[in-house]
Amino acid sequence: MKREIPIVITLVAGLFMLIAFFVPHPQVRNLYEDMQNWAIVVVGCTYVLGVANLLRINLRQVSRRERDWPFKLVLIAGLLVTMAVGFSEWTHYTDVDSRFQWIYGTFYSPMTATMFSLLAFFIASAAFRAFRIRSVEAMLLAIAAFILMLGRVPLGAAIHPAIPAAADWLMEIPQNAAKRGILIGAALGVMATGIRVILGLEKTYGGGDGA
Amino acid sequence: MTYEYQLVASPADAALDSDVSRPARAAANFFDWSKLNVLIVTGIFFALLFGYIRLAERGARWVFRKIPGLDAIEEAVGRATEMGKGVLYVPGVQDIDDIQTIASMILLGRVARVAAKYETALNVPTNSPGVYTVAEEVVKSAYSDVGRRDAYRSDQVRYVTSEQFAYVAAVNGMMLRERPAANLLLGAFFAESLLLAETGHAVGAIQIAGTANVHQMPFFVVACDYTLIGEEYFAASALLSNDPRLLGSLKASDMVKVLMIIVIVLGCLLATFGHTWLGDFFATQ
Repeated sequence: MKREIPIVITLVAGLFMLIAFFVPHPQVRNLYEDMQNWAIVVVGCTYVLGVANLLRINLRQVSRRERDWPFKLVLIAGLLVTMAVGFSEWTHYTDVDSRFQWIYGTFYSPMTATMFSLLAFFIASAAFRAFRIRSVEAMLLAIAAFILMLGRVPLGAAIHPAIPAAADWLMEIPQNAAKRGILIGAALGVMATGIRVILGLEKTYGGGDGA
Repeated sequence: MTYEYQLVASPADAALDSDVSRPARAAANFFDWSKLNVLIVTGIFFALLFGYIRLAERGARWVFRKIPGLDAIEEAVGRATEMGKGVLYVPGVQDIDDIQTIASMILLGRVARVAAKYETALNVPTNSPGVYTVAEEVVKSAYSDVGRRDAYRSDQVRYVTSEQFAYVAAVNGMMLRERPAANLLLGAFFAESLLLAETGHAVGAIQIAGTANVHQMPFFVVACDYTLIGEEYFAASALLSNDPRLLGSLKASDMVKVLMIIVIVLGCLLATFGHTWLGDFFATQ
């Protein structure tokens, strides 16, 4: 029963959502929106499990003085202090001058920005590898990338007006064709996976034997 | 309730006012006719799916092209076992309601079975508590299914954070500290794709990625050893299972693709000669 009940729920909910996509009747739409709200409530409840898991694993590592335990301590302290400050300010935690927002702006935002800005360096190293010409295909890729990069900056147009036009052509025709082909394939894959899950052909996601 | 309509001129001029319409009653539709094209394609898909599943149950078998990335999954876990290192499985950064994450959970089940069989450490940091609860159940069940329930550790699947770049920082930290032999990046990825894949490349892990997010595929192709592109990613679980019914669903998907190619070519030819009705019919809102 542990495996059958989730499959039945998935089947009923999945088929209803499929029908609701085509039926605009208010009775169906209202239930559709209610089910979306139930999903939000369920996801909200899982946060309790998630935080419990995070605390359990990290507290254990700190208590056993496992490798890198000071980092875990910082994590736990950050979590508990931020939660405490947020709860103490109750509904005012989103106010611009709240202490919660101060924590957000002083610690969280700069760290996130730092991680994101690292992307520039990673793109440079990845591009270096991608544009090494080892085959005909790699050569075509490098030439296309060269035209595209040149066509996207004022220097390209200054050299010759055909360069930006060639860059646009590359983006509009070959790139778009390849991208749409991949998208159509992926969309069919999404449909096939969704139907397999709804019909219970694919059970692994629920912890069942999917073989 | 009934309504009556009349157009009234402004500034007022009784001579320009329209007649009052006949009483009309508003009624909700039971079908959105603008989605008829989607219903037809979905109906064809369902019909083909059931047809091919029926054929599979009667013993029909089909040959599918090999996907190198799929064969590499077991190879990657085997390599990790030989090296005495772990496997890091990253299920993307979307919640469990995303179909890519669901597909990732299905693949996680297959990977966890192989890892359990080889007694290889498998770590699954998750970006959402919803994904964490499902992933934990999937991995636990996989270990039970191969008779290695005792080898499952409660910290193998963990919730890290729901914040995108904080998650990247945590996962990159795990890669740099634990130096896994294999990184499996399977799910929905966004700006973090290259940050994860390049760090994995730097630590020398064999990397297999799969996503349906078109804009992230070039990053994975560059930084990973194998990449499951779009439909390959969704086909992976069926191909790995070798279950005839699941393979039947793949065949149905391929047949819909053939039909779509025919419709696209036909639509192009018709449009070339000035007939746009086929393209108009398949336009979605």
